[in-house]
Formats: sequence, C-alpha cells, structure tokens
Amino acid sequence: MKKAYILLADGSLFKGEHFGAEGTAIGEIVFATGMTGYEETLTDPSYYGQIVMQTFPLIGNYGVNKEDKESGGCYLKGYIAREFCDMPSNFRSEGSINGFLIENGIPGISGVDTRHLTKMIREQGVMNGALTTENAEDEGIRAALLEKVRSYRIENAVESVTVKEEKTQKPENEKYRVVLYDFGSKENIRRELLKRGCTVITVPAHTTAERIKEIAPDGIMLSNGPGDPAENTSVIVEVKKLTKTGIPIFGICLGHQIMALANGARTEKLHYGHRGANQPVKDTDLDRTFVTSQNHGYAVISDSLPPSAGRVSHINANDGTCEGIRYTAFPCFTVQFHPEACGGPRDTAFLFDEFIGMMRSDKNAAEK
Amino acid sequence: MPLRSDIKKVLIIGSGPIIIGQAAEFDYAGTQGCRALKAEGLEVVLINSNPATIMTDKAMADKVYIEPLTLEAVKKVIRIERPDSLLSTLGGQTGLTLSMQLAECGFLEEMGVKLLGADPLTIHKAEDRQAFKDTMEKIGQPVIPSKVVETVEDAVEFAKVITYPVIVRPAFTLGGTGGGIAGSEEELRDIATNGLRLSPITQILVEKCISGWKEIEFEVIRDSKGNVITVCSMENFDPVGVHTGDSIVVAPAVTLADKEYQMLRSAALDIISELKVEGGCNCQFALKPDSFEYAVIEVNPRVSRSSALASKATGYPIAKVAAKIAIGYTLDEIVNAVTGKTYACFEPALDYIVVKFPKWPFDKFVYAKRTLGTQMMATGEIMAIGTSFEHALMKAVRSIELGLDSMNMKRLRFIDDKTLYDMLRNTDDIRSFVVFENIRRGVSLDDIHDITKIDKWFLGKLLHLVQIERELSEGELTEEKYLYAKRYGYLDKTIEEISGQKCPMHKNAVYKPVDTCAGEFAAETPYFYSTFDDENEAEEFIQRHDTGKKRVLVFGSGPIRIGQGIEFDYCSVHCVWALREMGYEAVICNNNPETVSTDFDTGDRLYFDPLTPEDVRSLIETEKPFGAVVQFGGQTAIKLTRHLADMGVNILGTSPDSIDAAEDRERFDELLNKCGIPRPAGHTVMNTEEAKSAANSLGYPVLMRPSYVLGGQNMIIAHSDTDIEEYMAIITAGGLENPVLIDKYMMGKEVEVDAICDGKDVLIPGIMEHIERAGVHSGDSISVYPAMTLTKRVRETIIDYTRKLAFALDVIGLVNIQYVVYNNEVYVIEVNPRSSRTVPYISKVTGVPMVDIATKIMLGSSLAEQGYKGGLYREAEHIAVKVPVFSFEKLHDVDTALGPEMKSTGEVLGIAKTFEDALYKGLIAAGYNMDTKKRGGVLITVRDTDKQEILYVAEKFERLGFDIYATSGTASVLNRNMIAANMVRKASEPAPNVMTLLDSGKIDYVISTSAHGRQPQRDSVKIRRKTVERSVCCLTSIDTANAVADILSMGKNIDEEEMVDICSI
Repeated sequence: MKKAYILLADGSLFKGEHFGAEGTAIGEIVFATGMTGYEETLTDPSYYGQIVMQTFPLIGNYGVNKEDKESGGCYLKGYIAREFCDMPSNFRSEGSINGFLIENGIPGISGVDTRHLTKMIREQGVMNGALTTENAEDEGIRAALLEKVRSYRIENAVESVTVKEEKTQKPENEKYRVVLYDFGSKENIRRELLKRGCTVITVPAHTTAERIKEIAPDGIMLSNGPGDPAENTSVIVEVKKLTKTGIPIFGICLGHQIMALANGARTEKLHYGHRGANQPVKDTDLDRTFVTSQNHGYAVISDSLPPSAGRVSHINANDGTCEGIRYTAFPCFTVQFHPEACGGPRDTAFLFDEFIGMMRSDKNAAEK
Repeated sequence: MPLRSDIKKVLIIGSGPIIIGQAAEFDYAGTQGCRALKAEGLEVVLINSNPATIMTDKAMADKVYIEPLTLEAVKKVIRIERPDSLLSTLGGQTGLTLSMQLAECGFLEEMGVKLLGADPLTIHKAEDRQAFKDTMEKIGQPVIPSKVVETVEDAVEFAKVITYPVIVRPAFTLGGTGGGIAGSEEELRDIATNGLRLSPITQILVEKCISGWKEIEFEVIRDSKGNVITVCSMENFDPVGVHTGDSIVVAPAVTLADKEYQMLRSAALDIISELKVEGGCNCQFALKPDSFEYAVIEVNPRVSRSSALASKATGYPIAKVAAKIAIGYTLDEIVNAVTGKTYACFEPALDYIVVKFPKWPFDKFVYAKRTLGTQMMATGEIMAIGTSFEHALMKAVRSIELGLDSMNMKRLRFIDDKTLYDMLRNTDDIRSFVVFENIRRGVSLDDIHDITKIDKWFLGKLLHLVQIERELSEGELTEEKYLYAKRYGYLDKTIEEISGQKCPMHKNAVYKPVDTCAGEFAAETPYFYSTFDDENEAEEFIQRHDTGKKRVLVFGSGPIRIGQGIEFDYCSVHCVWALREMGYEAVICNNNPETVSTDFDTGDRLYFDPLTPEDVRSLIETEKPFGAVVQFGGQTAIKLTRHLADMGVNILGTSPDSIDAAEDRERFDELLNKCGIPRPAGHTVMNTEEAKSAANSLGYPVLMRPSYVLGGQNMIIAHSDTDIEEYMAIITAGGLENPVLIDKYMMGKEVEVDAICDGKDVLIPGIMEHIERAGVHSGDSISVYPAMTLTKRVRETIIDYTRKLAFALDVIGLVNIQYVVYNNEVYVIEVNPRSSRTVPYISKVTGVPMVDIATKIMLGSSLAEQGYKGGLYREAEHIAVKVPVFSFEKLHDVDTALGPEMKSTGEVLGIAKTFEDALYKGLIAAGYNMDTKKRGGVLITVRDTDKQEILYVAEKFERLGFDIYATSGTASVLNRNMIAANMVRKASEPAPNVMTLLDSGKIDYVISTSAHGRQPQRDSVKIRRKTVERSVCCLTSIDTANAVADILSMGKNIDEEEMVDICSI
C-alpha cells in the first residue's frame, strides 16, 4: 500500500493510503455528508478548486457509470474517503472509483480518520490543504508544500467550469425555451428542464444580457457554480440587466447568490459551508420544511437584501441562513439549495414545475 | 403546531409479553413515548400485561395497569380512567390491533376517546391486502403481482402476464406444503396441479417470484403539516425470502447508487404521505438487482423493531418524536436531542456503518427446523457499529454470543469441500459462516452469488476478511499487519490465534460518537462506539464534562434470548437510574438495539459495543471507572467478572470469588455442606457409561445437564438408560469439555426467592411458589407470589437457608435462590448471586425497589439506612401470578412439552386480590383459552408415571362437561376409573386417529406428557406440534392442567375482575 498524506494549512499532517492518481493536489478542504451520490459529487463543477472529503466512510460501493455524471469532467482537486471500494457491485457500474480518479488525474487518500478531519474543519472553518503522494514526513517537502498551501486561492472559478460556447438541446415536444446561464451547471438541471418540455440553450457565463435577449427565451435559469459569488462582477451586471426584461428567472445556488448580489444584497463566506443531502430548509410560504441537497460555501446575508427587491422565502432550519428569495419587481425566485438533487433528495423538484408555471402564465399573458 | 389543547390524558397500550417478532423494542418505544408525554405535562395511563418491562414501572406513567391485553380488559380500563386520547402506534401489532378494534366497534367514540398516531383508515390501507394494493396502485407504487386461482389453466394464464419465475402457494396448507417456485410453464403445471390437490379448498396463490431481489427498508416520519423525512435506510444481507428480522441488516443501504436510493426514498415518502401517517412508518421494498424495477413489500404505520434499530443506528429517537407528533407537535418544532441545536426535521447522516445480527434460539431447540423464511424465528438481535462493514461484522459475531470471535465457525472446518459447497443452498442460521468458509476455501464469489444471491458487495467484504486472515497467517506478524487487522475489528486474541504469534504491540480502541450529523455539528449526546483511530472523542468528552463525580460502569445483558430476556434490561436500567440518583455518573455498555438501556439518554454515557473482555478493556482505559456493576446484566455481564477483576476493576457488590463459588459445582457443594443445607444427591460424569451407572445408583428419574450452563441449556430429565444414551450423544457431539452433572430428580414443589443482602441483613421481598412441580424450568412455570401452600416450618426453613446462603456467599446486592420442597424437606437447587427474571415483577408487586436498594448497598449503604429490616418483607395485599408465554407457532419441529430446559420467550402477570382471580387474569393474558361457556373436548395422552394423577384432572374436566378423548393407554386407565373416555387411535395408526381428531375442531384442550418427546418424529411431539398448528391449548404438565381446570370451573369473567392500578398498590 502506497502512502499518501494530507497537510493542512495549520501544519497538521494526516497519513493514509493512496488511491486514484499520483501526485499532489492543493485546494480548499471541504467535507460532504451525503451517504450516496459520490459520483455526482465528483463530477459537480461547484467543487472546483476544492479537495472533497466524504464523511460517510464507505465510498465507491456501487462503482461509477456514465449516466450519473453531473458534468463532462471532474473539477475537484483531490478526494478523501475513509474507505474506497475496489470491488464495486451494481448493475450499472462500469468501473471503480479508483479507476475514475486515475483517469481524471485526481489524487485520493483513504485510511484516514475523516471524522477527526471533519471536526477540525468544523471548528476552524474551511481550510486549505494538500493531498500528496510525496513523502510529507520529510521536513523539506512539507515546508515547500505548506507554503503553497497557505498561498492557495480559488480563482476564476466560474470561468474555468462554464461551457465554452452555446449549445442547444431539444426535448421531444418543445413547450418552452429556456436559457441556462451556465456558471458550472449540473447536468440534472438540464435533464429536469428537458423532461418538462424545455429546449435548453446553455450559454457561457460571459454571455451578455443582449445576447440572451436576442435568443428571446421563455425563461432563464441561473445555474449553480463554484467560488466566491462576489467575484463574478461582470456576470452580476448582466444579470441585473436581465431582471428588466420581464423574462421569468429561476436561480439555483450560485445563480441565487448572483441574483441577490445584482439586487443589492451581500454574500458572506460560511464557516464551513453546507454540503450534504440532509439539509432542512423551511419554506415560509408553505410552512413546510423540506430535506434538501446542498453544496455551498457562501450564503446571501438575509438582512442585506433591500426589502424593495424581494423577500427571503426559504430559511435553513439548522443555522437560519438564507436559502431562497422571491423577488417582487420582476418574475424571479431563487434557491440556495439544489432542487435538481443528484445526489440527494428530490423533494423540492416541484420548484421546476413552479418555474414552468411562471413561464406558462407569462406566455398566456403575452398571447392574450 | 404546538401541543394540542384537547389532549390531557392519554392511554398507551403496550405490546404484551415478549414473543418472537415482538420483543423489547416496544418497551423501548413505550418508555420513550411515556416519558415524552409526561414531559409535556400530560397524564399517562398505561396498560400492558408484561411485568418485566420498564414501561410498566410506577414512575413511567400516572396509572399503570398490568392487565390482559384483551378488548374487554382495555375497555374496562378506559371506562375507569376515561382518557381523552389513545396512542395506538407504540405497542406493536398488539397495540395497533386492539386500538383498531376499539375504534371499529365504536367504543372510542362512545367514550369520547381520540385515536392518536394513526387513524383506522390509515391502518386499513396499510394492513388490508386489497386496500393496500389499491392504495399503492393509486399512487403508482408497484406491488408484487399475485392472483388467487382455482385451475391450472388460470395459473398458467396469469403466469404469462407476470412472467416466470412464479411462486405457487396453496391455500390452507400448513408451512406452505405443496408450494414451490416454477421457472417455466411445464414446472408450473406440475406444481399447480399438486398444490390444488393439496389445498383443502382447491385454491392456490400465484405470485411473481422476487426471491433474490435486494431487500431495502426505510424508516419514515411524517407530521400533521405534511413534513416528511426518512430517518434511515437499511439493506438486508440476505435477499428477499428471509424475514428481515432473521437477516443480517446493514444501515445505511450500501449497494444502492444515489438514483436507486432516491427512487426508493421518494417512494417511501409518497407512501407515508398517501397513508397520512402522523408519526413513524416502516416501508419495505424489494429491488431487482439488475434494473430499477422494485416492489413495495410491506408498510407498517407504527414503530417497529426496525424503527428501534434505526433509532439506535442513527441516534434519532423515532418513538419519542412519533409520540410528540401524535400530540400535536411538528417536526420543525421538535429539537434534535443529539445536537441540541438543530431540529427533528432533518435526516441523519452517518459516518459509520451499522450491522445488525439476529440471535436465534436454535442452541436451545436442537431439533428445530433451522430454515429461514418468511416467518421470523430470532428471539433477539445485536447491533454493532464500525467504520467499515468488516469492522462492524466482526464486532457483531462477538456480540451474538455463539462463542465466535471471527467469521470462522470451527465445526465447518471439518466438512468436506463438496458438502460445504452444497450447504450454500441452505438458507439457515449459519449461512453467513458457510459462505465465509467457502470463500476461505477458494470458491469464487460468482459461484456463491449465483447460489445465494447475496450481493457481491457483501461477498467482497467477506473475501477481504479472508485475505486479512491469510496475511496474518503468513510470515511475520508485523506492527503494520497487526494494526490493519485491528482496523477491521480483530481482537488481539484472534490475531494471535490466526497468526500463531504474539502481537507485536497492543493498541486500545478509541471512541467516536453517534451524533446524527456525521460531525457537521458539535454533538451533546454521549453515545459512543469503538474504532481503532487515534482521536478519542469519549476521553475528550469526559474531560470537557468533568463533573467530579465517580464513574460506574454498568454492563448490560446483550441480545434477548430464551433464558435471558428483557428483565435484565429492566434491572440494568434501574441500576443506572439509582446510580445517577446517588450522584454517580452511570455509564452503560451494551449491544442490544431493542432496549431501553441502549437509549442514549438512559445513562450519563452509552457505549454500544461487544461485551467481551478485550472490548471492555479499552472501555476501562477510557472511562477509568470507580467501579463496575455486573450483577444486573444476566450471564453476559457475569461472564466478564473475572476478567474485570484481573484488570483491577473494582467489582461493586458480590465479589468475583463469591460468584465463582456459586457457579463451581465443587465449591458450591462444599459451601452447602458447611451451612448444613441439603441439595438433591448428584454425581459428575464424563461419559455415557459413567452417566448410566450414576443414574442407576441415584435411581431414575435423574436430571442431567452440562456443568457451566446458561439458563438450563441442554438440561433434561432422564427416565431410562435410553434417555441417557440419547442425551449424551447430543452433548458429546460437540466434544465434551466440561463434565456432565447428574442429580437425583425430586418431583417436589418448587419455590423461588429473590433476596437482597448487605452483609449484615438479608431482606426477602417475597417468596414465590410454582404451580408446576420441579422439573419444569422456573422460567416456564406459573409462579405465584406470595407462596400459598407452604407450611410455617418450610417457610421458616427457606428464610433461614436464604440468610445462610447469602451470608456464606458474602452476597452484597441481589441473590436468587431456587428450592425444591420434597416430602416436607427443603433442598437447594440453584443459587444465583445476581439479579433474576423475577426481580421486576416482585419489585412492582411488593413495592420494594429491589434494584435500587441493591445498587445502593453495593455502594456502601445498608438495608437499615434505607429503612428496611432483614427477613421476609410484609406480604402484599395483592396476589401476583406470573404465567409464561411461548412462541411455538414461530418455530417448526420444536417439542412444546415443558421440561428443565427453558422454552418460554416472555411472561405476563395477573394481579388480583385472590389467587384464583390472579391466575385467571394471568392465563387470559397469556392467551389461554379460558372460555367458560364453551364445552368441547379434552384430549388426554399421558406417560405411564402420570396416569394415576391425571385421573383427578380428567374428572374435573368431565364434571365441567367436556368430552374426554384419550389414546389407548390413557383411555383404559380413565375408563377403569369410571371416567368415560373415547379411545382415539395413535397418530401412526390409520385415520380417524388423534391427528384427524385435532383437525376436526372438537378439541379445546390437550393434556400431553411423554417420557421421551423432543425428537420431531415421535408421536407425542407430533401431537403437540399439531396443537400449535391448530391453535389448540396444549398443557404439558399435569399441574398446569389441574390449575386450568380449577379456574374454568369457577366460571370467571374478565368484566367482573377488578382492574388494578399498580401505582396505587
């Protein structure tokens, strides 16, 4: 068994066993608590620049397959699992997680006390770290690594994961046309829209509002994505323009944050974020709490949203952070969590229906 | 929504006696429920016939009725108490069914009682076969397609629709005789023809065969707002076909990708939403391993064994939350007790894996059919928590108390490859070990999967264990190898055994918490399990919460089994409460997920781990306790005594040496001699010849048992040399390590005493007398408190002997002594310096809190300081009769005749002002047919030695107006004595015979005793099994039969019985 190491910015070192690709990954270490859906996690562009640790100890049980990928790539930097399974068992499995990581050049480590690491992150907040197959017990190597770890920053996140050019996907019976503003979107957002009869025109993050108006869609979907939302200054400007078009808009995760920023709210970095499939979110309109899938390190500061712009419609039942906003001046609602699930619960998939409903009534009004 | 203002007084119905399929999990649920309601300031009324439970404690409810769980009794309690609500979902199927009956007959409405938890419509939709099918169809949930047909052509037609393979189940044939799986039309024609011929109504059910599919369960909770969550998913190691209670189960599900997982999770939420359950619900699914096809197998709209398991596996208290929902709260208002910060409206995330392993009674019932199927047979279970499946499984095999410390079952080593391979086809209790041994011998996982359909993921993990063991056995045992094996759950002892080398180092376990959130939030709850990591969160927790209090470890009793049941959990829990009350920190270690003791808020800390010396060693290192208590955890905890003492742990109460003195035959004999107390004469033998000569010198009948037994295991009464030969053959089959004890069997009156000793005084809260004479295990006897028929002299002798024995053994705490009174002389049969089965009910009836007193004594208090004097405590105003309850209908080929080996799984109590009323209530509660109006037939077939005594009993039944039937020998004795008995031909003779008579429905009672029994092929056993199948009341002791006849002759009626609130005693 080849050794691997995790070196944290505070100097603590964890020793484990190597799997996946060889080499060194430097990134922001985050933990995800979902007990299924590791393949979705591995392919979720929102994890760009991060080393992801699974708190559930048994990873890779059902292998990997093509259908469950949430994007064409693997954008995270490194992967930490307590145990990985090299003999997966599932009728759809096409390979092992080990093979997948090797193919995608992602180093992994197993055999570490992930709970201990999780607690450190919980207490000290999100931390940079390195995952390496080099001998980090060697002081020289460690010192050099530590320097890199400490100076690491996630930059150009959205730019790195967005599509390079527009692409259009049509359902069997087109009812609506939706522009998916791609900040690093998960595939299932597209699938949910297609399933509901939407033609999805995915556009890169640097697309202008003018171009979107040209496409004249029935609705605009602001996707999820990685990084600090406030960094996306030009996108925020374009989104602000879109709010004037009257086209129904639905935002998820980063899309939610960008819309809030475009409307004068502020965002903050959470201590250690929400990443998992068990986050309770209270829908204040319905007076219902839903279990949701989440993956975000930043949140909209509820108080910072100008009352004239909209109101907070969803609240995280654990820590009270903003989970959704309904805008008043234009047809738009956004959520911080992931109604498209994958992985995680599908309990809020009805929000896509609501989006469809918005487009329908908008269309009906236009026809009248 | 907050607490409903229209709820002030709630009735909770318990689940009654422990039977297979309905065990301690309902005490756990009921106790949580009671506490949750009381915490809301509600008045709680409880009815449950099971006195060994914690929920029937005076402190648990405002009014506690230990009364029969019959419609009439519950109605009576409702009339007396006039509760405004009834909570139906905490008492298992028993509680639910009773609640429904009360609702359906309009009684609840008439009494103004609201039904909480689940309404009748919900239950109808979940339980009625057709309504369930319709409901599932309505919401698009697939069920297993099936159809009842009456011709072969219809069967073939339907099979074409649902595709092969199909299962054929003939209607009304016992044990599924004549059924089978058909893979083709040709096979179906054969099986269907046969099945239709065998079915008395020419009817068969044709069902799609889904054996081999994965079995997945979800525990779901819903509130009145419609909030729904799943607490836990579970996956069975054994595919569909084995009852989930008999399967190894893991939580969470491990072989499902997110797509399959979410598909089933959503289905579970859709089902509970459609059923409008307000509380907990269990959904079982079958999932085809090679597609997304699935079927809903079963839905239980109540808390269950699975919900108890899910609660312990996740730290999410389902029963408590369900109770709160029932009285109006919603999930978003109920605080998550584990984190203290978050709410109950979330789904637990695990950062470990849980393995549940069943505990079967086959070590007791050697002739029982061990094939696992749709009828649950396990009496209990254990749960193990680990960081990997291997780790948890290794802990599980140690916890199950089969003498195993790895997956290697020694006796399989001697079986040749071919036979062992063929054994893979047996779906029985040792299958997992057979699979392991086959893997060890190099059989491919594909082959094993093809035969067993066990998912290859599980097989791969077993292969990993084989690989670890191979590594250990080859070459030097390095630290690296050692640590790797530790990580996967091997004990030092096992590593040394496998490697044949000394461990190069020793690593203690550290402890991680079960926190519901995988570390995302800081947990408040001290619920731990061991791992082989470096960070010890328990140690940190202890430092952080240092109260300066002394810490005491209390060891629990492990899995529920025949002979060691829920009563020991009662004792352990009470010990913990007493310790806390005294200002100690009470720490529990146990591994049974069904119990109250493993509820994380029972003690100050809970360790969910195996109870073996090495596991416990790490715990001692972490806790550094002031002392440990072993006397409340049954034999499981007692077994730890010597090891704990060797580790330098202060054993509170009776010393390890005294415990040994009571268990070691020679030392015990010496002690009796010294005290001048007689015991039945006996010898120690090592082989059959010695046994026969010993028996002949003592004179038959003799009592035989191996030395060092647990709960009468393998104990018989031998009447002849043949019996001795048969018995010795069984016991020597496994290699005779310990000698066999042969004692003179005295068929006298059996008396039992529980006493408390502080070294200065001995308090005897009560003397109990058994209805059945010695020879029937005390756990299977009807026991009466206070003793009714002892002479003053005998009583005084018993008190005297009890004092002497308690002092001679230096008992500090509880002691249980069994006596036999034979020809007016008192003999000692057994002394157990620990808590016993009878402690809970004697505590309740006498009002002497025995465990609390004993606990205080162990920590230095005296009886006098607690206000008690020595001697026999004043007799209670009420008579209490404990009646055993059996689970024979769940176990095939088990002889139901009572003997020295315990067979009952549970007990009930009848409490009344008179002995007769108490016995009547007890018999009713135990399910005896006590219909005093119906006069049918009594079949009598007894062994020669009973033929004189049976006359009196037969006469009583005859006088009551019953028709007497008897087999030839018995009939001629009866007829000679002027009792008109119809002679019936033996089972082996042509019909009409005794079997067809039992089928005819003419017989209400069978009185059957036999000199041999045991083996299923014997006539007497066949007759007794037939009574189980036909639900005919079978009495296998003349004494029981006599008591039943006496009570029947009094023509009692439950409506006329007084309902006793034990809180007012």
